[in-house]
Amino acid sequence: MTPVLELRGITKKFPGVLANDNINLTLEQGEIHALLGENGAGKTTLMNILYGLYKPDEGHISVRGQPVDIHVPNDAIARGIGMVHQHFMLVPVMTVTENVMLGVESTRGGAFLDREEAARRIEKLSEKYGLEVDPHTYIKDLPVGVQQRVEIIKVLYRQADILILDEPTAVLTPQEAEELFKILRSLTAQGKSIIFITHKLKEVMAIADRITVLRLGAVAGSVRPAETDPAKLAALMVGRDVNLVVSKKAATPGDVVLQVDDLHALDERGNLIVRGVSFDVRAGEVLGVAGVQGNGQTELVYALTGLRPPASGEIRILGEPLGRLTPRDILEKGVAHVPEDRQRHGLVLSFPVSDNLVLCTYYLPPFARGISLQEDAIISASQELVKQFDVRTPNVFVDVSTLSGGNQQKVIVAREFSRPIKLLIASQPTRGLDVGSIEYIHGRIIAKRDEGTAVLLVSSELDEILALADRIAVMYKGQIVEIVPAAGVNRKYLGLLMAGVKPAEAGAAVGVGAAEAEIERVF
Amino acid sequence: MTIASAQMTKRADVTGHRVTGLVLLVIGLAIFGLFGAALEPGLETKFGLNPGFGSQAIKIPDLVLPTQPAIYMLAGMAVFFGAWQLARGFRSVGAVIGIVAFCFIAAFLLWAARGKTFNLVGMLSSSLVRATPIALAALCGVISERAGVVNIAIEGIMLMATQTAVVSATISGNLYVGLVVAILTGMLLAAIHAFLAIKFKVDQIVSGVAINIFATGATSFISSRFLERNTDVLNNSGTFPVIAIPLLSKIPILGPIFFANNIIVYLMILLVVALHVLLFYTPWGLRTRAVGEHPKAADTLGINVYLMRYVNVILGGAIAGVGGAYFSIGSVGRFDEIMTAGKGFIGLAAMIFGKWNPVGAFFSSLLFGFADSLQVKLQILRVPIPSEFLLMAPYIVTMVVLAGVVGRAIPPAADGVPYEKD
Repeated sequence: MTPVLELRGITKKFPGVLANDNINLTLEQGEIHALLGENGAGKTTLMNILYGLYKPDEGHISVRGQPVDIHVPNDAIARGIGMVHQHFMLVPVMTVTENVMLGVESTRGGAFLDREEAARRIEKLSEKYGLEVDPHTYIKDLPVGVQQRVEIIKVLYRQADILILDEPTAVLTPQEAEELFKILRSLTAQGKSIIFITHKLKEVMAIADRITVLRLGAVAGSVRPAETDPAKLAALMVGRDVNLVVSKKAATPGDVVLQVDDLHALDERGNLIVRGVSFDVRAGEVLGVAGVQGNGQTELVYALTGLRPPASGEIRILGEPLGRLTPRDILEKGVAHVPEDRQRHGLVLSFPVSDNLVLCTYYLPPFARGISLQEDAIISASQELVKQFDVRTPNVFVDVSTLSGGNQQKVIVAREFSRPIKLLIASQPTRGLDVGSIEYIHGRIIAKRDEGTAVLLVSSELDEILALADRIAVMYKGQIVEIVPAAGVNRKYLGLLMAGVKPAEAGAAVGVGAAEAEIERVF
Repeated sequence: MTIASAQMTKRADVTGHRVTGLVLLVIGLAIFGLFGAALEPGLETKFGLNPGFGSQAIKIPDLVLPTQPAIYMLAGMAVFFGAWQLARGFRSVGAVIGIVAFCFIAAFLLWAARGKTFNLVGMLSSSLVRATPIALAALCGVISERAGVVNIAIEGIMLMATQTAVVSATISGNLYVGLVVAILTGMLLAAIHAFLAIKFKVDQIVSGVAINIFATGATSFISSRFLERNTDVLNNSGTFPVIAIPLLSKIPILGPIFFANNIIVYLMILLVVALHVLLFYTPWGLRTRAVGEHPKAADTLGINVYLMRYVNVILGGAIAGVGGAYFSIGSVGRFDEIMTAGKGFIGLAAMIFGKWNPVGAFFSSLLFGFADSLQVKLQILRVPIPSEFLLMAPYIVTMVVLAGVVGRAIPPAADGVPYEKD
C-alpha cells in the first residue's frame, strides 16, 4: 500500500543553523507516527514545512504517492493535511463555531454567515469522533482540554485525513491526555493518519505505532515501541546515555523556613485567584506544588517573592513575618527565586551574561564601591560561575539573549544558587529545556536540598514533581486540595486531584484501578 | 470558594460601590446648590419641540416647566440614586451613572434657559449633524483597528479630504465630484499609512503622527498660497442641500432630527448599519476580526492577513474621506485652515467608548455631538460662563470618557501589532 504521506530529503537552513538535515519520513494509513526529539531538534520546523508555513531548501513531499508542492497553509489544507499547533490557534473572544468555520464559512444568501449550519456540522463531527463540545460557547470560557478538541474539530471540519499534533499534551492534565489518546485511537480507527510530535518518552511508548527520533535536525533512528524502551529512546534523543531517574536520599527535614497562612492573592485583572492557601516548607525538604497551569500557582509565587503583594494572609520566613517587603528585601532575607518566565522575570535579555549573573548583588561590595560598579570583580566572579555551573557560552560578554534556553536557565541557577540562601522558590524550572539540562538542574536542586535549603517547587509537569518532591501539594482553583507525602503516592490519584476531583472520590476511583495505575507508575 | 474569600471579593466590590455612590450623591447636592438654590421662584423654562424651520404636520406645544421645582426634583432623583448606591449598590452601575448624568444635564439646561425658550429639537438635530464627522472618524477607526491596525492619522486624512473635496467641487461645479475626490483622497492617505504599517512595520503611532503633520502643513500651505487669493474659482463650492424624506420627516420630534438632513448625514447612518452587518454577519467581517485578534490563527487557516489589513485600512480611509467632505461641502462650502479641529481624535475616543462596535461608536459620537452643539446653544443663551470654557465642552467630555469613568473597554488583541510571518 502506498503511504499516505512521504517526506524525502527535506533540508532547511536558517541563518547559522541547519534546522532540518536530509530528513525522510513515511506515514502509513491509520497509524500514529510519533516524532520524538528535544527542543530545537527540528520537529516543529519539519511540520511547518509540511504545513506550508516554511519553504524547504531541498527535498520533496508526496501525498498518497502524488508529488505535491506546498507553499501556503491553503495548499496543505487542500491536500487533506491539518495541524493542531502547540500554542492553540483559537480566537478567545469568538465562539467555537466562529473559530471552526473561519476561512471556510458557511453562508446564507451568498453573503451572510450561516452560524447554525456550521454548528450542525460541528455537532455531527463531535458525535462521530467523540469530541464533546458546545459549538456556541466562547473559547475563552473553555478549559484547555476542550480547546484542544476544538482545534481537532477545526482540522476535521476541513476534511483533513492527515493530522499533525504538535506537543498536544503539554497543557493537559494526565486525565485529559488519556482522553486525547482515546480520541486519537478513534480517529485512526476511522482511517485518519496522525503525526504526533512530542518530547515525552512515556507518551510515545503509550500511543505511537512507530517512532522517528530527531536529533540536531537529522533522523537519529526509527523504531517501533515494542522494540525499544524509554532509556534507549532517551539515548537516541540526546546522543548519550541519560539518567532518567533523579537519584536522591530520603529527606531530613529540619526547622520550618517558610510558613504561609491563609494567603489570598489577586491576578493582574484583580480577580481573586489564590483563595486561602496555607502550608509550610522545612529546611532540607522539597515541597512540590502540582497543578494544571492557571490554578493560582503563578500568583502564589508572585506573592511569596514580592512581585505582587498578597491581598491578605501571612507569610513568615524563619518565623519573621514578610509584611509588605520589596523583592530586594525578600531576596536579602535569603530567598532565591527561579521564575516561571525566565525571559521576563529572570534575565535582562539585552544585558551580557556577566551583568545578569550579578543582578542580585551588583550593589554590594565587591561588585560596587560607592556609586561605581567594579567591572573587574564582576567579570572575574562571573567567569568563575560560568565554569562552576557549566554555562555554555563563548564568553561572559555576549548578551544573554544569544544563549539557548537551557543555558539561560543555568545563568539564573548560577546567580541564585551561588548566594547563601535558606529558601529556594523554583517555578517551572525546566520548562522547555532539553533532557540534558533538565537532568542538570534537577541534580542541582536536590543538592541544594541536601545542603539544608528549603525548596518550594512549582511545576505543572507531574513527572518533575514526582521526581523531586518530598511532599506534594495539589493546587486547584486557587486552593490546596491536599498535601501528601511523595513516597508511594499514586500518580493517577494526583491527576484526579489536579482535575478538581475531591480527595475522597479520587481515592475511591483509584482504589478500583489501582493495578492499572501501578503499571503506569513504572514508566 | 471559602467563606473568607467570598467575603474578600465582596469587600473589594463594596468599596467601589461606595465611592461611586458618594460621587453621585455629591453630584445630586451640586445640582441643588449650583442650579436650584439661587433661583428666584416662579421662573419657567420653555423647551421648544418643533424645528426652527419648515412646516410640521402636527404642531407640538412647547414643554413648559417651572424651573426651580423641576431642578429640585432632578436633584432629589440624583441624591436618591446616589444614596441608594452608597447604601445598597445597584446591579447595573453604568445605568445609574447614566441616569444621574442625565439629571445633571437636564438641570443645567433648565437653569441655563430659565425664563427663556430653548429649542430642544433644534439642538438634538444639530447634535446629530455635529456628530456626523465624529461618527465617520470613529467608523474609520473601528474597521481599521478591528483588522489590527491603529490609525491615528484619521484627523489628517479628514483634513486633507476636506480640502480636496471643496477644491474639486468648486472647479467642477459638482458637489458629488467633490465627495468622490474626498473619498479617493482618504483611500490614498490610508493606503500610505497601511503600506508603512503593514509592509514596513513602522510604528503605527509614528506613521499616523507623520500623516497628521503632513496634512496640516500641506493643507495650510495650499490654503494660504492658492485658496485665499482665488476664493471664487477654488474655494467656494456651496453645500449639499437638506433632503427632507417625505412622510418620515413629518413625524413629530424624531422626523426633523433624523429625516431632514443632507446626504453626508444619511450616508453616515447608512455606513453605521452597513459596517455593523459587514463586521458581524459576513465571512469578510469574521476574517477581519480574526486578523485583528489573532493573526497567526487566521494565517494558519489560509487567510491572507496582509491583504485583509490593507483592504480594511483603505476602506476606513474612504469613510474618513466622507467625514472630511462633511466639513467643507457638507457644511460651509469652503475650506479654512485646521477646520477639522480635532474631530478625528474625538472620533477615536468615540470608537473606544463604543467598544470598537459601529453602533456603539455611533451612539458615543452622538454624546460628543451633543456636547458640541450644547456649547453653541449656551453661547446663544448667554450663560454666565466664559465662552472659552464652553468651547472646551466636547474635549472635556472626551477626556472624561477616555479616563475610563464609564468602564474599561478591551481593544482587539492584536491591535497595533505588526504581523510577522516568522
